[in-house]
Amino acid sequence: MKKSVVLATLAVAGMAAGMSQASTLDEVKARGSLNCGVTTGLTGFAEPNASGVWEGFDVAVCRAVAAAVFGDPMAVEFVPTTGQTRFTALASGEVDMLARNTTWTFSRDVDLKFEFVGVNYYDGQGFMVPASLGVSSALELDGATVCIQTGTTTELNLADFFASNNMSYEPVPIETNAEAQQQYLANACDVYTTDASGLAATRATFEDPSAHVVLPEIVSKEPLGPLVRHGDHEWGDIVRWSLNALIAAEEMGITSANVAELAAAPGNNPEINRILGTEGDLGAMLGLEANWAVNVISAGGNYGEIFDRNIGESTPIGLARGLNAQWTDGGLLYSPPFR
Amino acid sequence: MASIPDPSSEPFRLGQLIYDRRYRSMTIQVFAFIMIMAFLWQLGWNTVQNLSALGKDFNFGFLGSRAGYDINQRLIEYSNDSTHGRAAIIGILNTLLVAFLGCILATIIGVIAGVLRLSKNWIVARLMTVYVEGFRNVPLLLWILVIFAVMTEATPQPRDFREGGDASMMLFDSIAITNRGIFIPSPIWGEGSTLLVAVFVASLVAIWAFRRYARKKQEATGQILPVFWVSLTLFFVPSVIFYFILGGPVTLRLPELGGFNFTGGLQVRNSLIALWFALSLYTGAFIAEIVRSGILAVSRGQTEAAYALGLRPNRTMNLVILPQALRVIIPPLISQYLNLTKNSSLAIAVGYMDVRSTLGGITINQTGRELEGMLLLGVFYLVTSLIISGVMNLYNNAVKLKER
Repeated sequence: MKKSVVLATLAVAGMAAGMSQASTLDEVKARGSLNCGVTTGLTGFAEPNASGVWEGFDVAVCRAVAAAVFGDPMAVEFVPTTGQTRFTALASGEVDMLARNTTWTFSRDVDLKFEFVGVNYYDGQGFMVPASLGVSSALELDGATVCIQTGTTTELNLADFFASNNMSYEPVPIETNAEAQQQYLANACDVYTTDASGLAATRATFEDPSAHVVLPEIVSKEPLGPLVRHGDHEWGDIVRWSLNALIAAEEMGITSANVAELAAAPGNNPEINRILGTEGDLGAMLGLEANWAVNVISAGGNYGEIFDRNIGESTPIGLARGLNAQWTDGGLLYSPPFR
Repeated sequence: MASIPDPSSEPFRLGQLIYDRRYRSMTIQVFAFIMIMAFLWQLGWNTVQNLSALGKDFNFGFLGSRAGYDINQRLIEYSNDSTHGRAAIIGILNTLLVAFLGCILATIIGVIAGVLRLSKNWIVARLMTVYVEGFRNVPLLLWILVIFAVMTEATPQPRDFREGGDASMMLFDSIAITNRGIFIPSPIWGEGSTLLVAVFVASLVAIWAFRRYARKKQEATGQILPVFWVSLTLFFVPSVIFYFILGGPVTLRLPELGGFNFTGGLQVRNSLIALWFALSLYTGAFIAEIVRSGILAVSRGQTEAAYALGLRPNRTMNLVILPQALRVIIPPLISQYLNLTKNSSLAIAVGYMDVRSTLGGITINQTGRELEGMLLLGVFYLVTSLIISGVMNLYNNAVKLKER
């Protein structure tokens, strides 16, 4: 009898838990850590380092959000997701946000009910072939065998590109970047196609990167950015403005080196003061501490620092800023004003 | 006159539902039924609530919209302009193909390994033991990946077949084993090939009719006809004669190296080969044990009785042992076939485009219809399994002990 009472209580509690709709921010705070969906491993973007700590360009976005919420960039649980599992993981609440070089498209935003909070990398789809193949343009790839990650926009772009150029190809569907790399290096496919940044990152891990060339054609627009579920706008705002804080910090010249000094007392640039919380109450509007942006920027530096450290020209991946320069330098990065 | 109180006239008390044995089991069943229904209702209601909270509806309209992705192995016409529904059918056909091939090969491997494990030859019996224990004690996924890795890493790439390369084609330049699959000649059906096929089918019918006739004759007169040799002749001779009479209507198109790859011919992709072999070897190990147990289940006295009647070992096996062993073998064999079919959903590990990869993978991912897609997948596997076990049960009824 007692047992059944306990069971009944549990069942009722379970139903109640199913019904309640706590806000994501409250859930994250109660849990004490942020669940962030990342790739299963892509050098420079998200990969555990030798001591098992996740590092990379996308990881830095997760850390920035954790810093904004907790003041501690390490309070993140990383959940590796494949191209196929990522959306289910986010929709089901298994992760609070995705920072997993995911392309912002209409159907994902509208039909899949996600909210892209911004773009942290402007990319495009490219092709990589072994230099020994002697191919200099993607238009020479008629009849080629192409390795492709399934469940991605690149899969659709690939079909469109070959169809519109009247070329045929043989797709070899693959689940993760690591498998694709293995298949490509074993020459089971002639071409590997994914976002150009991913190609550069993958090539950087090859034994002899110079034996492979990335073809000049960029066949699509791939704005990659972090995303959250539809419906919880407060949480979306936090992720969006954490990203914007990184971008604005670079524009304003706030770096991880000088942020503490700038935040100590109000300076003479009112926008910097507003970002760093020494003036106004932007933090309170987000439901966070006044110094949230200070935490975001001290977590890993501003956007430029993160870029240079993980994927910039001084790293083996060696990506130029290109489209990802600040708008003041002719790029596309443009944070809305903090006011 | 002492009256015996009538038990049914006693007023019914609520406590009887628990303490009276007449009602107790009914009470428990009703209670369990209500709980299960409440649980299912809660599950369904929760799903509907959560879906509507996410702003998602429940419809299968996505099956009619353009798929947009390509599939490498297509048994019927398909392009990226086709619908998601057609992509699902392509996947279903691929699943059925690998399941069909797998069931056949697994049965062959299983029967051979099962019989050989009973061999009196020490080495043969031990080798089969190693095979059975090795395959059924390691996860199937690992075997799929191992075979796939061997196929990709150990075979030459198409480029090596060019002049100066170190690989060459086999069997008069008709078969090329590459790390992208095995290229074999494909038939070209020329004029008059329909007649040839008709002749071939007719000879198959003739074989069946002859076997029937031979059995009737043996039952009536005891005379044994040379069934095997006549069947073999019927199988080949008419077709070959007609092939030359019609002037060779069917020709072979050999695979040729062109551009990046072999063109012409038929490509049996590595993913299919790896999945097919791994499924067959894995399930074959289980079937071997089923066959062995079936044979051991026939008592030794049956063999001795057959020998005493003067039957030779071959005929003893065919006429006495196997028919009885089959009665033990068929029921567990059915569940192995079902296992193999369902295990084929591991195909995505090697990029084989089965229904789990097309409908359950790419389509779900591109359209965001997880619930609908998974429901369809579940229904497909359920129907397929029911059909397989239905057909196998028919066969089981044919071989099982007929009690008169």
